[in-house]
Amino acid sequence: MELTYREAVRRALMEEMERDERVFIMGEDVGAYGGSYAVTKGLLARFGPERVRDTPISEAAIAGAGIGAALGGLRPVVEIMSINFILPAADQLINGAAKIHYMFNGQFHVPLVVRTVNGGRRLAATHSQNLEVLFAFIPGLKVVTPASPADAYGLLKAAIRDPDPVLFVESALLYSMKGPVPDDPDFLVPLGQSLVRREGRDLTLVAHSRGVVVALEAAERLAAQGVEAEVVDLRTLRPLDMGPVLASVRKTGRVVIVGDDWQSYGVGAEIAARLAEEAFEALRGPVLRVGGAEVPMPYAANLERLALPQVDGVIRRAARLLEGDGAWLVR
Amino acid sequence: MGGGEGMAQANNPEPGRDGWTGWTPDPPPDLRDEPPERLLEYYRQMQVIRHFEERAAQAYTQGRIGGFLHLANGEEALAVGGLAALEPEDDLITHYRDHGVALARGSDPGRVMAELFGRADGVSGGRGGSMHLADAGRRFWGGHAIVGIHLPIAAGLALAHQYRKEPRVVLCIFGDGATNTGAFHEALNLAATWELPVIFLCQNNLYGMGTAIERAMRVTELHRRGAAYGIPSARINGMRLLEVRAAVASAARWAREGKGPVFLEALTYRYRGHSMADPELYRTKEELKAWRAWDPIQLFAQELLEAGVVTPEALRRADQEAEQVVEAAIAFAEQSPEPDPATLHHGVYRAPLAAALPAGGGNGVGAHLP
Ligand SMILES: Cc1ncc(C[n+]2csc(CCOP(=O)(O)OP(=O)(O)O)c2C)c(N)n1
Ligand SMILES: [Mg+2]
Repeated sequence: MELTYREAVRRALMEEMERDERVFIMGEDVGAYGGSYAVTKGLLARFGPERVRDTPISEAAIAGAGIGAALGGLRPVVEIMSINFILPAADQLINGAAKIHYMFNGQFHVPLVVRTVNGGRRLAATHSQNLEVLFAFIPGLKVVTPASPADAYGLLKAAIRDPDPVLFVESALLYSMKGPVPDDPDFLVPLGQSLVRREGRDLTLVAHSRGVVVALEAAERLAAQGVEAEVVDLRTLRPLDMGPVLASVRKTGRVVIVGDDWQSYGVGAEIAARLAEEAFEALRGPVLRVGGAEVPMPYAANLERLALPQVDGVIRRAARLLEGDGAWLVR
Repeated sequence: MGGGEGMAQANNPEPGRDGWTGWTPDPPPDLRDEPPERLLEYYRQMQVIRHFEERAAQAYTQGRIGGFLHLANGEEALAVGGLAALEPEDDLITHYRDHGVALARGSDPGRVMAELFGRADGVSGGRGGSMHLADAGRRFWGGHAIVGIHLPIAAGLALAHQYRKEPRVVLCIFGDGATNTGAFHEALNLAATWELPVIFLCQNNLYGMGTAIERAMRVTELHRRGAAYGIPSARINGMRLLEVRAAVASAARWAREGKGPVFLEALTYRYRGHSMADPELYRTKEELKAWRAWDPIQLFAQELLEAGVVTPEALRRADQEAEQVVEAAIAFAEQSPEPDPATLHHGVYRAPLAAALPAGGGNGVGAHLP
């Protein structure tokens, strides 16, 4: 069936709630308001206020109560309205959820899903951040960033059924994207599996979340010029599946990592390091990155455009790698 | 641990008393004791804010303003009355529903509108947008868009005044929803304990986004939350301008005298949705209508006329002036240029950096900033 990304998330939530009565939702304005991005629209009417719970504006309490409810035998899916508002909850997630299973020697675990969303436009510095990488830094958390309706659906179901705390980061800019979704309530996309979204022999583009869309668009434009780019969607940032990335780079020898966020210490930095460690001999040029300008996001339309990574930036770097063929050889 | 000097800790199990006494808000003055020009000016300011936001809403639907736009129609008496009670050297800090507050503080309407348009002449240079107005020259320390984030900052501004022994106060404005954040509770406790000169002005418009207060807290008389921290607290009618002004003025006097913070809960209502994107499924038309009867501008106009301190013509003239001010603001915003692209990396840090960051990195040029 064909669903939007938003509908795919909603459908996964509904089906998991029907399947398992321990699953419930809580978050700010998820019920009466219908969800700030309308993802949970209709769920209150369907499941009632016990299972679709509007919370106060208390991110720390929402996340912490999620942890407690998970310890207590439930399967909470909590919503943090935007990843920009998650920082009061970061303590609960980083010092709480991430530590509990290991630190208490596996005596209990935290089957918690925290759904949130990155992206957004013209919202300025406090509301435009992609902060998932902060959480990907933390052993004990799993971080999932779907970039298609099918992945949103299958990954969310897998996250809800997973015994560990999962930060599930949707993309506001993808909510209206349409795509095929398997008509199977048990369709799961396992956490920790990267996926080749497009095959190509000349160049590898690695991306996550909305960056995948930018990479696919760049690949499309490169194809028009006879360059076949392979696009690898990381899908899960932690645990990170480097398999398809390594396989692809061993084939193409060239790689551009497409980020939708700041570069320093980011996802691209991690991928580049892993490539240097594990596929150095396959590289025919430097590992290049595309990312946002390292500034708090400005509101003005022209500055925002400049600050955001663009398809053109990917093309330019690809061209650099391809033109410089041989010249980049360091061996 | 033993109790030191001045500690209220009892060394016996008798339940004692703690908390506060001694402060109540001043009642509103008699209209006839106020200079009529001043009253007319308050009215005019409220109309400027009302028109300003109506025109901003229009510009938003035309795509000339982006992102989120939070309007405060219905809350004008709080902005104008509250700010009328401050001295120029006092501080102001507020949340993202900040247009009216900025205008009432005296920020230039054209520059505020230019900020909404994302233009170079905006009060934040076009970088902040509607949610992040600021005006250093007026000691307006910003609209802050993470709920609750600015309450501890307000305490810190007040700490600076206390530390430097300056008789200044901080007016900190926030919504009912913000009182459920951890930052709110931590800030109130700190301000109370250190007797910091902050006026916490809670605009209780009964909703945090689509969540009615009674669905988010048991203590819906929010002033009791202030009292819980030992802060003199009161509930006032936020639709009555002079009541607001009198309450904030008496709170400021208290804080200025070094007696510590005051908490004011002002009852009000926003006639529009939370933001322009709000489907408003959570409230009824009847409720909205009932609150329309309390429209702070109409109410004030009616009182002025009934007291015979202004004429209907004077009000009409003020209406026209307000419209002119806002039209001029729109015109100013429209002709203001976009920010210079070369400034994208300016001001990430105040100090120039010793080493340049890699491609795309901020270079720390803060020199263009005031
Ligand atoms: C920490 C945080 N959580 C959630 C949000 C999203 N949000 C923005 S405004 C708002 C409601 C705030 O309500 P209230 O404090 O009553 O102020 P009002 O909007 O009514 O003026 C919410 C939930 C946010 N900006 N920051
Ligand atoms: Mg409110």
